[in-house]
Amino acid sequence: MSDELKDVRLSVIDERIKNVKNVIAVSSGKGGVGKSLVASALSLSLARRGYRVGLFDLDLTSPSTHIILDVGESRPIEDKGIIPPKIHGISYMSITYYSGDRPTPLRGLDFSNALIELMAITRWGDLDFLILDMPPGISDATLDIIRLIKRSKFLIVTTPSKLALETVKKLIKLLSNLHVKIIGIVENMKIRESDFVKLNANKLGIKYLGWIDFDEDLEDALGDVEKFSKTEFFKRVEEIAGELLRTLAFGA
Amino acid sequence: MTKILEIGVGIGELQDIDLEVFKFALAQLGPIHLKDAEFKFKIVKAKLKCRVCGHEWSPRRDELDESVREVIHFIPEVAHAYLRCPRCGSIDFDIIEGRGVWLEYVRGKR
Repeated sequence: MSDELKDVRLSVIDERIKNVKNVIAVSSGKGGVGKSLVASALSLSLARRGYRVGLFDLDLTSPSTHIILDVGESRPIEDKGIIPPKIHGISYMSITYYSGDRPTPLRGLDFSNALIELMAITRWGDLDFLILDMPPGISDATLDIIRLIKRSKFLIVTTPSKLALETVKKLIKLLSNLHVKIIGIVENMKIRESDFVKLNANKLGIKYLGWIDFDEDLEDALGDVEKFSKTEFFKRVEEIAGELLRTLAFGA
Repeated sequence: MTKILEIGVGIGELQDIDLEVFKFALAQLGPIHLKDAEFKFKIVKAKLKCRVCGHEWSPRRDELDESVREVIHFIPEVAHAYLRCPRCGSIDFDIIEGRGVWLEYVRGKR
């Protein structure tokens, strides 16, 4: 009997997201480039435009969207699986509902198992967008999402640093080799005028969706969604969301 | 196979599944070719192995708080947030056995 047949969870995953129109993995080869902030702001921005949005924090060992959005005392509801709570109009899911603030070290197989488990139990219902906040790198989570949600589209986040872009290029090459759709690249924490990321995106044949200037006020807005949505960072993500919708032919 | 008579299902202890509820859920599946099938369950005890000192152990169910059992029921890997090797205290351990639900075998008539 094949592993796929034996592992009943794998057959459930497609069922759980069958009414989700778009799955967008916010990803980067590098850590600390602002994936979680972009994923959170993008989710809020799309929800405010009237779209039905889910946000799934897949950074299982270092989750942070629950802090950005201040999910408070919310809890998923158990009903033939798990129904994610609504946070600021977004259906939200994170391992922190189960691990709390305890360190949860996960090696490769454990990571995959936890990811599959979460995907198999979470009932997303009808959504226009499911945003996945991916952990950094091109290991377990990236490979699992490519394997398990074949229709995922990747939104890549980088900073203007050579160090970030070099790693991001590897992610782009990996995704391209595996014929995974890449929506485009977002340049975060821009501190000076430079075409470095844009030129590299053009060279790689990836759409440059826009940039976000380094925002000194952002840190003080974390955990306060009203304040967060008034930051320059958020305003730039709103524009990028518009560009993303045009790219996905949703219309502005 | 023209008729399915018996389906073996393995259940890891860490899943902490209520068998009566599970049997009820399976009965709701209802496809016609499963109507005569009997489900047989095999509970597999949890076995953990420390990666630091090599100690193998089985966490005792009654030692775990109900809320911890519940979160492990949903995602067995969060055991890494709550359990430690009883010998050396490490949280770096492998779950060798006792997680997941799987199809063990299917018996029927050709």
